[in-house]
Amino acid sequence: MTTDARKTRRVAEWLVSQGGRLVPWLVPVLVLVVWQVAVSLGWLSSRFLPAPLSVLAAARRLAVSGELFHSIGISSARAFGGLAIGGSIGFVLGLVNGLWTPAARLLDSSVQMLRNIPHLALIPLVILWFGIEEQAKLFLVALGVFFPIYLNTFHGVRTVDRGLIEMARLHGMSYPRLLKEVLLPGALPSILVGLRFALGTMWLTLIVAETLAAKGGIGYMAMNAREFMQTDVVLLAIIIYALLGKGADLLVVVLERWLLSWHPAYQLRKSVAA
Amino acid sequence: MSRLLNRHSTRTPTPESSTPTQPALMDTNQSPRNASDRRGTEIELIGVSKTFGQTTVLHKLDLRVSAGEFVAVVGRSGCGKSTLLRIVAGLERPSGGRLLVDGEPLDGLNRQARMMFQDARLLPWRRVGENVAVGQGGRVDEAVRVALERVNLGTRAPDWPAVLSGGQRQRVALARALVGNPPLLLLDEPLGALDALTRMEMQTLIHDLWWGTARTAILVTHDIEEAALLADRVLFIDEGRIQAEFAVDTPRPRDRTTADFQSLVRRVLNRVLLRD
Repeated sequence: MTTDARKTRRVAEWLVSQGGRLVPWLVPVLVLVVWQVAVSLGWLSSRFLPAPLSVLAAARRLAVSGELFHSIGISSARAFGGLAIGGSIGFVLGLVNGLWTPAARLLDSSVQMLRNIPHLALIPLVILWFGIEEQAKLFLVALGVFFPIYLNTFHGVRTVDRGLIEMARLHGMSYPRLLKEVLLPGALPSILVGLRFALGTMWLTLIVAETLAAKGGIGYMAMNAREFMQTDVVLLAIIIYALLGKGADLLVVVLERWLLSWHPAYQLRKSVAA
Repeated sequence: MSRLLNRHSTRTPTPESSTPTQPALMDTNQSPRNASDRRGTEIELIGVSKTFGQTTVLHKLDLRVSAGEFVAVVGRSGCGKSTLLRIVAGLERPSGGRLLVDGEPLDGLNRQARMMFQDARLLPWRRVGENVAVGQGGRVDEAVRVALERVNLGTRAPDWPAVLSGGQRQRVALARALVGNPPLLLLDEPLGALDALTRMEMQTLIHDLWWGTARTAILVTHDIEEAALLADRVLFIDEGRIQAEFAVDTPRPRDRTTADFQSLVRRVLNRVLLRD
């Protein structure tokens, strides 16, 4: 009897502990269920908001036709192309200004001034310059990601522990090695924070640019669907943007884990296991 | 016993200053050193002054440190003792006077010197072994392993500095300072942040490693017992001047419980506490 009671209690404890993990998912699942039921029963017009299952069906349809992956490919190429251009300019400029005070005095306040212009406010000008071609979108994304990467690289290099630099110089470290061994690794946590901010700006800029004018990509897919009142595809596009954003963020998290494995904050699991 | 400024060490003179030939790596056998063993740097400060803006930190200071000599500098916080060490390291330029390293005026960083600071200053993104290798241009080799073994951290080479205790980190810093066999070792309160027991262990370690290799060493500390335990000469600096100098003749390794040792410590302490 006592063993039975103990067993029941153990099962109950297990259920509670497993249930604890599910708690964060309760509300989203509930919303989806209510939403699906509301559309199915006709309380909600599917023109206004299509049911989750129809969005899923649209996803399958577009995946089979290949249009979905084609659009994702085009949008990702734009996003990461812009990131590569703007990010490398921001990184190099941040590095130069962080390492060399005369450069910072010359350039930093100008960059800070430009930073206060919302880059999306330039869209009319950008369309005048580049039309609605690819360059316009690349330019906007590059401009958007430039500032967070620049700012965090600059700050990261500037705040590397002076004591470490002094130590390295006293141990006869040459300047290239000082850069590689001390300055860059010291600035890296800050640079990665900049990269995460930049990814947020990257997708946001891309969505706006693609929605305004595009001949392909997720934004084009959504605008096209709007013309034909395909609300399920519009919704699908929104969800894909969210997934792409989340995916890019996860990529940086993995990058952080790998590059900052020396950092005490990332050694928790290892020391627990040891 | 306590002699005043401008008197040099009474130890046997060392005619040949540092020789570039570097014998076996950190051979720290306890055999007494002879003259041919000397390969430390000779340091001479002639009328060295240092001012930061309006404040004068060092007043026309004269000091000669012979090759292989261990000199300790004691004094209150802000007396200029750390500045003195930073000038010898080449991290600060004297505002006046001259600094000679092996008879040559120092220009830029002192390439012969390795320094230990109050904080270990390990690169957190490099493993313990790689941190020690920084002391010899980044090569992780047998010398690094030997250096880590000398400080009793032989097994910790693959660890991150973050998992070490404060005392262990300081031992890594010591291994890094010694791995390239530097002829001049500068110690800027290296044990100031450690607990009393770890301090005592580290003092013995520093003493033994220095004694085996005959390099010149300058230690800045506010622990008089530590100064007397390690140094051939203890200097008391106050208000930017060397106010007193004490030769420590007690045979090595020193025992801090002997009456001789205690009386020396008391004498230095009395001088430090008594301003004139």
